[in-house]
Amino acid sequence: MRDAAVQHSYLDDGRTLRSWLLTTDHKRIAILYIVAITFFFFAGGFAAFLIRYNLISPKGLIGSAETYNRLFSMHGILMVWFFLVPAVPVTLGNFLVPLMLGARDLAFPRLNLLSWYLFMAAGVVALYAVVGGGVDTGWTFYTPLTSFYSQGHVIAAVVAIFIAGFSSIATGLNFIVTIHKLRAPGMTWYKMPVFLWSLYATSVILVLATPVLAMTLLLLAFERIFGIGVFDPAIGGDPLLFQHLFWFYSHPAVYVMILPGFGVISEIIPAFSRKELFGYKFVVWASIAIAVIGFLVWGHHMFVAGTSLYSALVFSLLSYMVAAPSAIKVFNWIATMHKGYIRFDAPMLYAIGFIGLFTTGGLTGLFLAALAADVHLTQTYFVVAHFHYVMVGGMVSAYFAGLHFWWPKMTGHMYPEMWGRAGAIIIFVGFNLTFFPQFLLGYLGMPRRYFAYPQHFEALNLLSSAGALILAVGYILPLGYLTWSLLYGERASANPWGATGLEWTTASPPPTENFAVTPIVTQAPYQYRQAEAVNHE
Amino acid sequence: MNFYVPSATVDGREIDFLILALSLVSCAVLALVFGLILLYMVRYRAESGVYRGAPGRKTWRFEISWTVATLAVFFALFIWGGDLYVRLFQPPADALQIYVVGKQWMWKVEHQGGQHEINALHIPINRPIQLVMTSEDVIHDFSVPAFRIKHDVLPGRYESIWFEAKTPGTFELFCTQLCGVGHYSMTGEVVVMSQPDFENWLSGGAPAGEREDLAAAGKELFTAHGCSGCHGEGGVGGTPATTGVNAPALAGLLGRSVKLQSGATVTADEKFIRDCILTPDKTPIAGYPQIMPSFSGQISEEKVLRLIAYIKSLKSGSRT
Repeated sequence: MRDAAVQHSYLDDGRTLRSWLLTTDHKRIAILYIVAITFFFFAGGFAAFLIRYNLISPKGLIGSAETYNRLFSMHGILMVWFFLVPAVPVTLGNFLVPLMLGARDLAFPRLNLLSWYLFMAAGVVALYAVVGGGVDTGWTFYTPLTSFYSQGHVIAAVVAIFIAGFSSIATGLNFIVTIHKLRAPGMTWYKMPVFLWSLYATSVILVLATPVLAMTLLLLAFERIFGIGVFDPAIGGDPLLFQHLFWFYSHPAVYVMILPGFGVISEIIPAFSRKELFGYKFVVWASIAIAVIGFLVWGHHMFVAGTSLYSALVFSLLSYMVAAPSAIKVFNWIATMHKGYIRFDAPMLYAIGFIGLFTTGGLTGLFLAALAADVHLTQTYFVVAHFHYVMVGGMVSAYFAGLHFWWPKMTGHMYPEMWGRAGAIIIFVGFNLTFFPQFLLGYLGMPRRYFAYPQHFEALNLLSSAGALILAVGYILPLGYLTWSLLYGERASANPWGATGLEWTTASPPPTENFAVTPIVTQAPYQYRQAEAVNHE
Repeated sequence: MNFYVPSATVDGREIDFLILALSLVSCAVLALVFGLILLYMVRYRAESGVYRGAPGRKTWRFEISWTVATLAVFFALFIWGGDLYVRLFQPPADALQIYVVGKQWMWKVEHQGGQHEINALHIPINRPIQLVMTSEDVIHDFSVPAFRIKHDVLPGRYESIWFEAKTPGTFELFCTQLCGVGHYSMTGEVVVMSQPDFENWLSGGAPAGEREDLAAAGKELFTAHGCSGCHGEGGVGGTPATTGVNAPALAGLLGRSVKLQSGATVTADEKFIRDCILTPDKTPIAGYPQIMPSFSGQISEEKVLRLIAYIKSLKSGSRT
């Protein structure tokens, strides 16, 4: 019986390298992506570790400001484009979109494989740029510093991001078409799990915003190689134009990073509270609202850059508007827990950690949206702490929550539960210890991207670096025990959490064709009262 | 240098008050969020037999209330932050103007009296100070945490900030926009002094009579670079009869409306004068043939500032 299930699993459908590298199975491509982004996560994390090491001493411990600048640039570039932007969509999304829809695969399986190859090509060029000496422009590539003044492999880094962008566009397009066309019979839009709505909103942003980034980088490369004046005022360009174009992509990209996280949390909270998601339609439309308003707030990165007073006022107001839907989601998740039957498995601990850290990150965003407060706090460690709370505390926790939640489905093995819980708690503690002191440093005025700093900032920096050590342990732990579970982990049943959702109705790991018979959907998602009756008592 | 520096400006204290209010709102929300999560984690844990009752209905009532409450708080914060910001970037007319030039990796300051300083800015207490700032190369950012103020310093533009210090002392100055390898070393100090001390500092070094002020230095440049050859001595303007060519008068130019050949009308501010000197082809003046050569690459940003100071000092119809 068990052997039969194993034989038909997608993992057993060919064991050669070729069968992996030429696969068009969305589940296998998801695994390929997980391997790739795990590598980039630890590469970017290693750079972060050296950054925190350097800042232990006010004089800087790694000896060279140039090395330091290259480290934080590499950290930013790898983490943003090679981990955070792709993280959930290409791994959990790739694996789960067809399964949750009751479909056989994505709409364009070969395009899906192509997007992985584009991603890998981009990764190779990025690594070439890093190994060749890196760039010292920061991940934001502000002009005219990047146009002419910066040494280093700017063009290679720009080309890497340019290619990675096309990988994003391909994935986004694939998800949009799949969600429109391949929903199982009976699965109306309002019967879709919130995870799919989140990925839909994410994909729309990817398809609309990424081309702007591609154009911007192309113009930057033209200016640097051919001396065509676009951004450098010395040759007739406008330096603020670059910031407008860059943030027109990069602010929506922030929502590309966080919206899939919202989707993951919206699946996990109901599953471990044994209760229907509170305010389903509000959570869904909050995602769409974020995706739309998110395109209209880029100017809040430029409140001290020399834009007009009136535009600053408009962007400040819109920034508050975009924060409201996020607040709505947090309240709905908490309301979901109310009167539930809450269990504390690792995915739920990560999800609760997410709510706490994301809320803190979101609230400190209110400081930065308040114009006069932004003037004091922007470009200091306050901003660094703010976006790490959202991106790392929030997004990485959500990714880990989802990875643990669907790990049994993807691999057919349970991870060791105690280790999973320990990891979630260590990450939460280490994260706060690392980044909370940075809020204080920022308020006290410590600028970002300083290789060495005045003596009086030393104590808080030391605290932050100590926290980073704990955080590093927290991130290495899952790498260890998840890998271990592949070999020795207990076999997982089809639905170990007793969760709703079509992905749990097929075997763990699923067969190549996903479902033996196309499922027919009759129920709204998250009908946990019924599940409760079946699984408990 | 202290661990914590209370704000040395009036506006800075108001910003601190705003940040305090934001902190209180955040703490209240965090207490609510963490409080409820912890409460539910204990009360509604799966093992707990507490009575759950019937599931609630009409969820939109909750949704509407917390959405409206959130938006109301947000709107108040927006108004508060916006109001303060608008004041922060509108200098009073009587502010003392000081010029700042950023370059990789130092701050150069030019006072009206012609005093220069590097990586330091001396200012009098209780007097509005307006900094007019530009950069020779990349974007920098002039940031004084103790004043709760910062602003980007851009090449090819004049950006300005103002403040009025109320506390004497020495305060840190940082560049807070990544400007290259030496970014971290582009620091300095702002020294706030009493008015007599400031006068004393201004006259330190050279006796009052011997040092040229900015406008006088600009006047020398005006002759040395041949400006007076077309625009006339004292910038009165040229005609074929006087200087051989038609050239616009510069006296009283600042703040005046100027008609361009394109038909547009612009107000002559510092940036306009700078553009006319460095890239005259882009701003041909109506009624004059565009024959002025570009001085781009020939005179530094500081010299441009001196020329502007000189042109500012020229009153309409006067001959200095």
